[in-house]
Amino acid sequence: MAYSDKVIHHYNNTRIVGAIPKEDPNVGTGLVGAPECGDVMKLQIKVNEQSGVIEDAKFKTFGCGSAIASSSLATEWVKGKTLAEALTIKNTDIVKELSLPPVKIHCSVLAEDAIKAAISDWKKKH
Amino acid sequence: MVKLPIYMDNHATTPLDPRVLETMLPYFTDRFGNAASRNHKFGWEAEEAVEQGRKQVAALIGADPREIVFTSGATESDNLAVKGAAWMYREKGDHIITCVTEHKAILDTCKHLEKDGFRVTFLPVDNKGFVDLDDLRNAITDKTILISIMTANNEVGVIQDIKSIGKLARERGVLFHTDAVQAVGKIPFNVNEMNVDIASVSAHKFYGPKGVGALYVRRRNPRVLLTPIIDGGGHERGMRSGTLNVPSIVGFGKAAEIARESLSQESAEMFRLREKLRKTLERELDELYINGDLEKRLPGNLNMSFAYVEGESLLMGINDIAVSSGSACTSASLEPSYVLKALGVGEDLAHTSIRFGIGRFNTDEEVDYVAGRVIEVVRRLRELSPLYEMAKEGIDLKSVHWATEA
Repeated sequence: MAYSDKVIHHYNNTRIVGAIPKEDPNVGTGLVGAPECGDVMKLQIKVNEQSGVIEDAKFKTFGCGSAIASSSLATEWVKGKTLAEALTIKNTDIVKELSLPPVKIHCSVLAEDAIKAAISDWKKKH
Repeated sequence: MVKLPIYMDNHATTPLDPRVLETMLPYFTDRFGNAASRNHKFGWEAEEAVEQGRKQVAALIGADPREIVFTSGATESDNLAVKGAAWMYREKGDHIITCVTEHKAILDTCKHLEKDGFRVTFLPVDNKGFVDLDDLRNAITDKTILISIMTANNEVGVIQDIKSIGKLARERGVLFHTDAVQAVGKIPFNVNEMNVDIASVSAHKFYGPKGVGALYVRRRNPRVLLTPIIDGGGHERGMRSGTLNVPSIVGFGKAAEIARESLSQESAEMFRLREKLRKTLERELDELYINGDLEKRLPGNLNMSFAYVEGESLLMGINDIAVSSGSACTSASLEPSYVLKALGVGEDLAHTSIRFGIGRFNTDEEVDYVAGRVIEVVRRLRELSPLYEMAKEGIDLKSVHWATEA
């Protein structure tokens, strides 16, 4: 399968890969997918309690190139957004930005789920 | 410096040997005759070339040239073997035995026959990839007309005990077909020593051209008859009608001749390179799993799971190397490899599998380069893998409750 330039770019430039201490009360961690399905994404956000802005975000992904790119893009996008803004990110936006083919749409769905899971984890702590 | 990209997917196909191409060329131009033209020089020349090819292919597998039926390739050979035997002997019985790790050309043909009213037993394999002889013995009934078990598997390279399976089939008076496509030209294969009645062979798996194959059909003890699946002019003893593909048959023959002459030496060289690759990877990376038995395996095959690294993403990182993966993402069906599944490899590990297929033209430098790139990319992707991180933290991934929607 041929990948779009943007997918390749994200695959090769994973600057926002990593982990933030998940015990930090201001950190929300979302872990979605399953090893048996071939995709697992972990997306973490660090939220400023006063402003409600996501100050930092990191991800780690087990999955194909499109899954890595989708989570990388989602992580990039949530950074600097408020929680409410981050929740408006739709998987279709990711599909469009990365020119994902139909068989890879589930990667974008998983990335959207990862954002929601991270936010809900943060909310649970507050 | 090695030339990129590197081709290391020799189970899918092999490059045409230049010596093979050279023998084929005149048959595209001056010697273009139809081998079935019986009354002029063009026809005689073509027929002679075909008969030479037939002798060369027969010699490679220890057969009589009259037992070789030329086809368009392995898929047609498998179809002709299984459907041809089923329809020819349907008065005698309606039961066929095969195994779950066969190529789709056998599995789908058997499923087709099930719809036509035949009964098919799909034998399981153990976690090394082998069919159990007792399972096979117990599956045979007085209605069994055919056993079809492949010699070497196309994904994991595991070599079945064909000689014993053939012996058992003969004792029970059941015909034995083997899809020998991956084995012929790579390991010693002799239809008489191995008690084989019907065997599928393909040229492009051992440096011959695509679009040509053969079916070995035993003439004596027992004499095998097959109902043709293509009707027409009655070529190939009536078993496969259609004008013969003369240039490809010439190339097929030459490829068989080269394979026969170089087999033992080449096989040792493939094994040396394969082991070098395996040992280098195992020295530098942890949590690697070999899929299928390591001993009874094609010398050029290495099928390995790189835990916590999804196969397609690994292929993407080593895009200057041609190999293949059992990951779902790389298959048309979006299911991970059914062969690995049959071996009991978990879906998590099946997603991380890579098949390396070393061939005649691979070099030490290429193996070194491939090993280096794989090590580099696996390390990078493990840094990126939440599963690797969790495993290193001591979390048992099997105990995690994964939020799967599907």
